[in-house]
Amino acid sequence: MLLKEKKTWALPYSAVTPKADYLNRRDILKAMGMAAAAGTGLAMGFRPSGARAAGKALEYRKTGYSVDEPLTDRELATQYNNFYEFTTSKEAVVAEARDFNTSPWTVKVSGLADKTGTYDLADLIDYNALEERIYRFRCVETWSMIVPWIGVPLADVVKKLGPQPGAKYVRFQTLVDEEQMPGLNRINIPWPYQEGLRMDEAMNALPLLTVGMYGEILPNQNGAPIRLIVPWKYGFKSIKSIVGLHFTDQEPKTTWNILAPNEYGFYANVNPDVSHPRWSQSSERRLGAGLFDGREDTLFMNGYADEVVSLYDGMDLKKHY
Amino acid sequence: MDINKTLRHGLAKPVLHLLALLPAFWLGWLVLSNDLGANPIERVNRFTGDWALYMLLIALAVTPAKLLSGWKSLPRFRRMLGLYSFFYASLHLTSYLVLDHQLHWGRIIEDITKRPYIMVGLACVIILTMLAVTSPKAAIRKLGAKAWQKLHKLVYAAGCLGVIHYYLLVKADIRQPLLMAGILLLLFGIRFWHHRRAASSPPKKTSVDRPGHAV
Repeated sequence: MLLKEKKTWALPYSAVTPKADYLNRRDILKAMGMAAAAGTGLAMGFRPSGARAAGKALEYRKTGYSVDEPLTDRELATQYNNFYEFTTSKEAVVAEARDFNTSPWTVKVSGLADKTGTYDLADLIDYNALEERIYRFRCVETWSMIVPWIGVPLADVVKKLGPQPGAKYVRFQTLVDEEQMPGLNRINIPWPYQEGLRMDEAMNALPLLTVGMYGEILPNQNGAPIRLIVPWKYGFKSIKSIVGLHFTDQEPKTTWNILAPNEYGFYANVNPDVSHPRWSQSSERRLGAGLFDGREDTLFMNGYADEVVSLYDGMDLKKHY
Repeated sequence: MDINKTLRHGLAKPVLHLLALLPAFWLGWLVLSNDLGANPIERVNRFTGDWALYMLLIALAVTPAKLLSGWKSLPRFRRMLGLYSFFYASLHLTSYLVLDHQLHWGRIIEDITKRPYIMVGLACVIILTMLAVTSPKAAIRKLGAKAWQKLHKLVYAAGCLGVIHYYLLVKADIRQPLLMAGILLLLFGIRFWHHRRAASSPPKKTSVDRPGHAV
């Protein structure tokens, strides 16, 4: 059974799998030292830092999930972020999240599933099964990027947790930590940030529980240490820094839907034909495009219609936006 | 008073021109050095819109500042500051039409008709354009002082529309637009308070919006 309690002999996965450690014996010894310190330190309320530092290389396999366009520069994808728990300024998230401590990290699984409980990150995600998928990412604010994410299919994790037949939806929650997240009190949002998927959406092959990007562990500002990527939906569905997974028979309340129900629906599928009260969704600006490059046409379901459109058979997508 | 002398100095206006153009130079520098960040068009849209609104608020602050400080020569800068608001608003509109939508009129018309914040912003620019076109002294003579003054009262509407435009476009963090709204209300409050005081002591002559000085 996977429980929160950490054995003192257990190394954090970062001490075992990352390539940098694998390649550098001195680092591995250092990491082991840290793990030992973490084991004893935890009991005294001491928070180990650096044991799972962002930016470390990951081991993963390539997949056929790709986009026929150049990747967005890593610099851009990691320095232009929406992460309101830190700040509403996209350019400033990287600085505000620099000292965000994501180790240790646990995810609480609750609701209509057989294997509920609190999991250490390394117990929830099989770090030996990491894969890279290059996906389009489309923000509702009409900017977009193409990013190589690293993670495991959400469906695999969900299956492992044994959802019960009554589970119709899965709800995700982001960490709320006032000491580490200076943006929480600056803005009137009912924290924690939460998002959800219908069970059949969660079991689709595309959603990726993501722990890395560009070959490395996820940077703090991009939702370390674990986030969701749902490539056919607007970016706000791809919730960051997840601490909770809840299986339920009710459609979960989602944060942006609570804030502005006429603007953000539960489904939030990328759809150029359904215009948003604030932005036309028919076109988008690719990050890295020059000042005079203009916009590109937005694709239905962000280009993933073949894989997902059957999920919405018989639904009026203008009504269920 | 010394301050008024300084304000009337021949260099006062050139210095103010330079200051008012600094943001434009800064933007030009960012463009040339390719330092506009991940989303350059968004950055230019924001930058020019911010400065159009700042300049409008500064122009609207001239009269209240005169009333509070007694520096009678301040209003000689008011028209100029208003024109700079128009200048940045024009850049803002150009950025929206040319850079963002590449003069794709179908998209632009859809945007205007469907999105209130675009409508409000456009109304603001139209007002600023009318005021800018009628800002030369010749226009005052042509329109007559009274009609001209009436027309230029629209600057208050432009201020409100500019702030509403900003308020409508932000997603959730409304602190900045609320700050702008607060400043606008404060400026209106000072005028209102002064008018009431002036009304209760009639002999003192204070023509706040004398033609030729207003925006």
